[in-house]
Amino acid sequence: MFKINTNRDQLVVNKLRQHFGEAIENDEIMTDMLCITVSKQNIYDVLLFLHENDEMQFNFLTTLCGMHYPEKEELGVVYHLHNFIENHRIRIKTSTKISNPVLPTITTIWPAANWLERETYDFYGIQFQGHPNLKRILNMDEMTDFPLRKDFPLEDQTREDKDNTMFGRK
Amino acid sequence: MYKDRQLIKEGFKSEIWEKDLVQSEEHKEYNTLNVGPTHPATHGVFQNIMLMDGEFIVETEQTIGYIHRAFEKIAEHRPFYQITPLTDRLNYCSAPLNNMGWHMTVEKLLGIEIPKRVDYLRVVVMELSRIADHLICNSVIGVDSGALTGFTYLFQDREFIYEIYEEICGSRLTTNMGRIGGFERNFSPKAWDKIRHLLKSLPAKLKEFERLLVRNRIFMDRTINVVPFSAERALAYGFTGPNLRACGVDYDVRVMNPYSSYEEFDFTIPIGQNGDTYDRFMVRQEEIWQSLHIIQQALDKLDVIEDKECYFAKDPRYILPPKEKVYNNMEALIWHFKIVMGETDIPAGEVYHCIEAANGELGFYLISDGGRTPSRLHFRRPCFIYYQSYPEMVKGCMLSDAIIGMSSMNVIAGELDA
Repeated sequence: MFKINTNRDQLVVNKLRQHFGEAIENDEIMTDMLCITVSKQNIYDVLLFLHENDEMQFNFLTTLCGMHYPEKEELGVVYHLHNFIENHRIRIKTSTKISNPVLPTITTIWPAANWLERETYDFYGIQFQGHPNLKRILNMDEMTDFPLRKDFPLEDQTREDKDNTMFGRK
Repeated sequence: MYKDRQLIKEGFKSEIWEKDLVQSEEHKEYNTLNVGPTHPATHGVFQNIMLMDGEFIVETEQTIGYIHRAFEKIAEHRPFYQITPLTDRLNYCSAPLNNMGWHMTVEKLLGIEIPKRVDYLRVVVMELSRIADHLICNSVIGVDSGALTGFTYLFQDREFIYEIYEEICGSRLTTNMGRIGGFERNFSPKAWDKIRHLLKSLPAKLKEFERLLVRNRIFMDRTINVVPFSAERALAYGFTGPNLRACGVDYDVRVMNPYSSYEEFDFTIPIGQNGDTYDRFMVRQEEIWQSLHIIQQALDKLDVIEDKECYFAKDPRYILPPKEKVYNNMEALIWHFKIVMGETDIPAGEVYHCIEAANGELGFYLISDGGRTPSRLHFRRPCFIYYQSYPEMVKGCMLSDAIIGMSSMNVIAGELDA
């Protein structure tokens, strides 16, 4: 369990709401970490604010990963940020329609996002606008699918003899 | 360069040579060098296409993914039990660390309270595997600078640690050690003997290894100021673990966000100054000493605990019943079957848990929607995040320095490619 720092959590939420208002769609504590949902239009500004502001100082991007919500027809990205000085971790979420999966890149804020965004593009097909080198990283270049989307089957797609409901998630 | 060779073929004449030399200063010719994917100098499957100016590297382009096995996709289709073997294959030099990290992530989601004894047992196992990982990395730095002796010395001790794993869980490299909630069985007396023996025998050998390298003039010339990296760039690139500490940032998950009762242990975080190969070597070396110190403390704490038979949490929901009961008791058999087949649902929730693995912060971001498998599982793999800085690190370095720099970063192909 991470230590929950209620004061810092409150400070971050208040500051973000004060600066971005409606763009902050939701904030809640998930198990032991503050989790903030931000609208797609403001995600770059929010992350830049969290990085640059003297009180926020989230200097470290822990990780970044893609998401697929098939029932909402949305793709999402989850950012984990870490403030080393206060030892405070938060999670930022954003989502975009699957028909137009475009989000701004954050490689200009944290260079560490470079490969992570490439990985997210590789597996979910999210286009990061402004990325210096957005191409597939772990899969082969010829691939046309985005394999971590929920509609991509785990096994060979041409196979019809196997009922997936018997083997884990369908 | 090619032009020069052509000239030599045509017949060497000194004035042409000199004229060409002046010309080549203006119109420099670069060579492309392909290092990898399988190359004896890189320990693992990495490809680097390097643009070379003689011996110096101008640019590097990496290709990764040669051993990509889609763990994140497979994990969405496997019950929680069956994900542990996947984590083995991330950083296969220290598999028990990954296993323990994964178990702790699930326990955090379930809210299981872990007994102190299990915590200490885990600390022992985790520090053993940290030692094994660092031994490999450091002795390989020696090999890449031309000193094979230290490698062969330390491999005996790594082998001995693998024997300890064997006593604990029955396997050596990909261990699948422990269960959600604790261990599958108690440590055998032989395992304890071996751990105590290691604590006694390793320091002398480690000292010998250090005498071979630490103040060795050749080794120092080959590593000091080789592939250095600044703390600012390291932080921006998401470095963690020994590589970040070598740059001078004292970030250690064991201290920042203690897990498995690490807050009760007394140890220091070694840091370097220049972030060069020598610093990375020295930080790892010191961490081995600290790990030995931690194991000793854990053994002392374990001696004080009275209940020597406690090796898993008092929560039967997700823990396999003992084998004797499974064979003789109907309910236990059903329960065993349900857990193994993944018929026990895990509550919905979302957690991020991280541990200090041998290479840095190994994170598990787990989302469960209440089903039998995770709805999404993301591994924060330290290698994957810091290896992307490699082109920037080796720019302007010599090729041989880039090779030793890569070994000192301890990039493990399994963790890199997931």
